[in-house]
Amino acid sequence: MTPLIEARHLVKTYKSLTAVDDVSFDISRGICFGLLGPNGAGKTTTIEMMEGIISATSGQVYYKGAPRTGSFNEEIGIQFQHTALLSFLTVRETLKTFQKLYHRTADIDSLLATCNLLDIQNQYNDRISGGQRQRLLLALALVNRPELLFLDEPSTGLDPQARRNLWDIVLNIKSRGKTIILTTHYMEEAELLCDEIAIMDHGRIIARGTVTDLIRTHCRDDGTGRPCADANLETVFIQLTGRQLRE
Amino acid sequence: MRFKRLWVMFAARNLEFFRDRAAFGWNFLFPFLIVAGFAIVFGGKTFSEYKAGVFPVDPPVAIHQRMEIPEGFQSTKYVEFVGVPSLEAGLLLLKQHKIDLLIRQGTAPYSYWTNASSPKGYVLEKMLIASLQPENAAALLSRQVVQGKQVRYIDWLFPGILGMNMMFSALWGVGYVVVRYRKNGVLKRLKATPLTAMEYLSAQLLSRIFLLMFTLLVVWIGCDILLSFDVAGSYFDLALVFFLGCLSLTAMGLVLASRGTSEEFTSGILNFISWPMMFLSEVWFSIEGAPQWVHWIAAAFPLTHLLSAVRKIMNDGAGLADVMPELAILSAMTGVCLVVGASLFSWNE
Repeated sequence: MTPLIEARHLVKTYKSLTAVDDVSFDISRGICFGLLGPNGAGKTTTIEMMEGIISATSGQVYYKGAPRTGSFNEEIGIQFQHTALLSFLTVRETLKTFQKLYHRTADIDSLLATCNLLDIQNQYNDRISGGQRQRLLLALALVNRPELLFLDEPSTGLDPQARRNLWDIVLNIKSRGKTIILTTHYMEEAELLCDEIAIMDHGRIIARGTVTDLIRTHCRDDGTGRPCADANLETVFIQLTGRQLRE
Repeated sequence: MRFKRLWVMFAARNLEFFRDRAAFGWNFLFPFLIVAGFAIVFGGKTFSEYKAGVFPVDPPVAIHQRMEIPEGFQSTKYVEFVGVPSLEAGLLLLKQHKIDLLIRQGTAPYSYWTNASSPKGYVLEKMLIASLQPENAAALLSRQVVQGKQVRYIDWLFPGILGMNMMFSALWGVGYVVVRYRKNGVLKRLKATPLTAMEYLSAQLLSRIFLLMFTLLVVWIGCDILLSFDVAGSYFDLALVFFLGCLSLTAMGLVLASRGTSEEFTSGILNFISWPMMFLSEVWFSIEGAPQWVHWIAAAFPLTHLLSAVRKIMNDGAGLADVMPELAILSAMTGVCLVVGASLFSWNE
């Protein structure tokens, strides 16, 4: 079966820095694919090349088995890590403004309900809390009923309640058969939401598989005689990327 | 290009403008205050172009009573006589260009002092000497007075103020705002939608033109109620010229908005362009008689051609045919700026 989206030998260089170094992977329909890695590993650069936001130095991205066309933006939804919104518009107006940019659209009231935004729909979008803002950004990513959803660190900066609320919304979206590509620093989030995970470091993919596969393949006995049964995704992540501090 | 997407961005930008009450109010208040201020300063009887210090006079205030200085000089129009307590105090004022000439009260021969580096002082000295000439000296001259209705300074200045407001609003409202949107990621978010760069830029352009024309209309009506401006030519011609001027200045703003993520740098560039444009485009004063290179620089600014055309229509009663050179230049500048702006535009660099 043709993957929904495929990265082939993606490379991105900035002068002497190679941010992404020959990355290839494909993603099947209907799964949630997690891209993990320490700061500066190249996660955001990789997915922004796949989104078409930045151009690759070399390599290609295939969508439904062919190079992306002009209609690609009609079929994807993106929640960026850092983004501002148009000022002096309410939550509802912001959603309606973005909705009108697409051919295929979601119902605004349903979207407000799905993302728990009904109570703040008439507030200006610069007067809402961090959690509300992330839910609005998620709603914006869903405004065109996308087949493929990119979520770049959607829960960063949220308190535990807001994070769990966001996870529930993402699980709800996932249950509707949407394909999701997610980057995150939270191992718990990846374990809960992702069907498949790739771990990146220094611009390369260093491991890939389901959570169970990754633990089974990469968990090493620490010499104390304890079995890997106690290991989790974070254990594997640290073992693969090291304890060295990344900025 | 899809008109629906263009309309959505046009409407969103207009909403932002109208709801930002501080910026919205300032756009109307700023030109209105300047026009009203100048009307008060230049419309009153107290305004004088030249200042002559007279000493010894105590206290040091403007003099309205008779003084012991040449009578002809004392009755010269547009000269304000300022009382000064002593020669020392007067010389200090003269050095600091706070007065243009200093004269001692008394009988002939009158003593006076000038500042050699003061152009106004030079003219005022000539006036003083002329006031002592015998009355029949004027027989060598034949005086003619311009016929027809006189153009007040405020009538000449008013288009300049409107044009300046347009220029600042067009350059900053497009150039600065788009760069800020690029920096904070709004443009990146829009890039992720089917919206094209051409649709986005067209929406920005049309929105700014709409807002500029709306502001122009409100400020014009407000100032006209207070000061009653005369328009010798056609209002339709005037509106057309202002529209083309808006288009040209906004297109220039799009060029500045096409690249960059630094608000500080953009601010510097905007100041670098807008301040010379304000001074050389004859907003405040004519550059008639300035060196040729000054005229060449002025000709590079759309505001120069906008104001030239507007003043010809408003003050001289010119028709569209008379301002065709200005319209052609504004159209050409608009075309060039749109092509450059669109080709350089980047959503995120």
